[in-house]
Amino acid sequence: MDTLYLTATEQRRRKRAVLVMTVLSTLIVVSFIISMNTGYIRLAPIDVLKTLFGAGTDKQELILFDFRLPRIVISILIGAGFAVSGCIIQGISRNPLADPGLLGINAGAGLAVILFISYYPPTQKGSIFLMPFLALIGAALTALLIFVLSYKRHRGLLPTRMILVGIAVAAGISASMQILILRLTPEKYQYFAVWMAGSIWGTNWKYVLALLPWLLIILPFVQYKAKSLNALNLGDQMAIGLGAQVNKERAWLLAAAVGLAGSCVAVGGGIGFVGLIAPHLARRLVGPQHQVLVPASAFVGALLVIVADTLARWAFQPNEIPTGIVVAVIGAPYFLYLLSRSK
Amino acid sequence: MSSPLNSKALAGSKLRTRPLTATIILFGGVAALLFSLALSISVGAADISLGTVWNGVFHFDAENIQHQIIKELRMPRALAAALVGAAFAVAGSVMQGMTRNPLADSSLLGINAGAGFMLALCFAFFPSISYTGLMLVCFLGAAVSMGLVYGIGSMAKGGLTPVRLTLAGAAVGALLLAITEGIALYYKIGQDLAFWYAGGVAGTKWEQIQIVSPWVIGALIGAIVLSRSITLLSLGEDVAAGLGQRTGLVKAAGVIIVLLLAGTAVSAVGSIGFVGLIIPHISRFLVGVDYRWIIPSSAVLGSLLMVLADIGGRIINPPQEVAIGIIIAVLGVPFFLYLVTKMKGE
Repeated sequence: MDTLYLTATEQRRRKRAVLVMTVLSTLIVVSFIISMNTGYIRLAPIDVLKTLFGAGTDKQELILFDFRLPRIVISILIGAGFAVSGCIIQGISRNPLADPGLLGINAGAGLAVILFISYYPPTQKGSIFLMPFLALIGAALTALLIFVLSYKRHRGLLPTRMILVGIAVAAGISASMQILILRLTPEKYQYFAVWMAGSIWGTNWKYVLALLPWLLIILPFVQYKAKSLNALNLGDQMAIGLGAQVNKERAWLLAAAVGLAGSCVAVGGGIGFVGLIAPHLARRLVGPQHQVLVPASAFVGALLVIVADTLARWAFQPNEIPTGIVVAVIGAPYFLYLLSRSK
Repeated sequence: MSSPLNSKALAGSKLRTRPLTATIILFGGVAALLFSLALSISVGAADISLGTVWNGVFHFDAENIQHQIIKELRMPRALAAALVGAAFAVAGSVMQGMTRNPLADSSLLGINAGAGFMLALCFAFFPSISYTGLMLVCFLGAAVSMGLVYGIGSMAKGGLTPVRLTLAGAAVGALLLAITEGIALYYKIGQDLAFWYAGGVAGTKWEQIQIVSPWVIGALIGAIVLSRSITLLSLGEDVAAGLGQRTGLVKAAGVIIVLLLAGTAVSAVGSIGFVGLIIPHISRFLVGVDYRWIIPSSAVLGSLLMVLADIGGRIINPPQEVAIGIIIAVLGVPFFLYLVTKMKGE
């Protein structure tokens, strides 16, 4: 009787997930097209389509292929990366308010990047590919510090302590970043400030190439580990009871989360709150099963960042504001709303 | 005045005060403060002997270049450090006492971010605003963010827990910081703002001290007047109400004092976190639970910490200076982590 019931629920859930993904991907495609129209020089949708199929003018091709398209692709990748990273962190810490940004992982990556910019000119060749690695190392060290400080033997990770430790570590790191900021030359300062505010300045296919391998490797891996995430989300004891090798699985998943956040921070800068909001919205849409939650989070995150990026280009024309600011303006109130509803 | 907090009433309970230690700390602290102020005036790119400092302060000679350095650069800087140190520390202890929240600090709760946000608005839209105007605007920013943080924190079921307050503070802080960054980038005032915000006490002018000090000193006196009521509140709101206290009134007065202190301090030197977190804890550890002793001790120790941090910032890596906020954060972050790991009820 039980099996029958379960399969029926399972089927309904699958159907719903498929529906949600379809709607989300349609929305992403729509915003993709709108985003391609938006900017300092407007292109009509029909021109966009023409140019995409190779019938546009040289100028239109330049705008679309060399400036807009890479930026939009990067928005999608970053959105998905941050969202899945947040999804993992929320899953393994069993803390609905965890977010790579609030946990200081972004700050750690930022510190690594600013150190790099301080001592090495960012325009030099090869630095684009080096920066994700450095950001990753910074993020990994910060994550390690936070987890060591919030781990207690026999009780596992203490969710509340993890958040508080994260806030403190982030505050400490941003204070030390201040010294380095004041020492930068004005040009380097502007470069860093724009990066830190979460501007997707990588309007260049090179950045896409730098980011894509990370996501291509890590996202399928997370999907493959979705069952472990489900188990870990029930708590250590339950997970052990279900036969999961808790510590090993957690370490792998954590490494994946840090890898995603670090590489996305390196290309997109400090975009916070995506990793917090996207998994929440996704959970409302498809439920708590990570097999569907992980891809749904990725879709929601991609949609979120692409919309934020379009808004950032559109709202204050002809000037642009960094995407991260738009995301924070949307994300922080949502976080506060969640907080006011929490028990 | 029959205080319910005299030692007899508290005998047998776990609550202790140590008036003797407190007196020693107050006198010793003031002496140490005076000495470190003198030291702060004497240390720097141009070394000035303590004897010259004495002469420069008490027998000022306009012809003497060292005396001019003392008067125009070093003295305002040292005094500013002392003033804002007291301001942040007392703001922290009033907040910690009123909300019974060991993690309360004006920077962690996003109050400094509110003041900084208004600062950015002013830099962008009214660059010619007077210093007094700037300070008032900072108050306003501090008030708005404090209202937001406390309002949202107390909306949830289960009320205002320390964790929830810290989270709300972090989120409101992140939001305001993001908008501030946006304004700074859009109007290209980023590095001006960064110098203001992280620059600390360097470059403080007498004019600023003149405007800031009446507010800070007034608020400090207010905090001392209110200290007895804050002690009662720190025992719990029910207890305070049971002892005949009008808790609403006391809280309102406390909030105004915190805003005055944090707002003026941020307008003078930018956001310096963790002073308001560390100092009240150290004071409480040293002098016991009575805020009539904690608040004056916090003021003295806060000043001392800030002046010493400022001296440290100048001697760590000469001729460059390390911003005061960084030194404090280096001390403050481990302290905060220590508090968090000691917290119960996780």
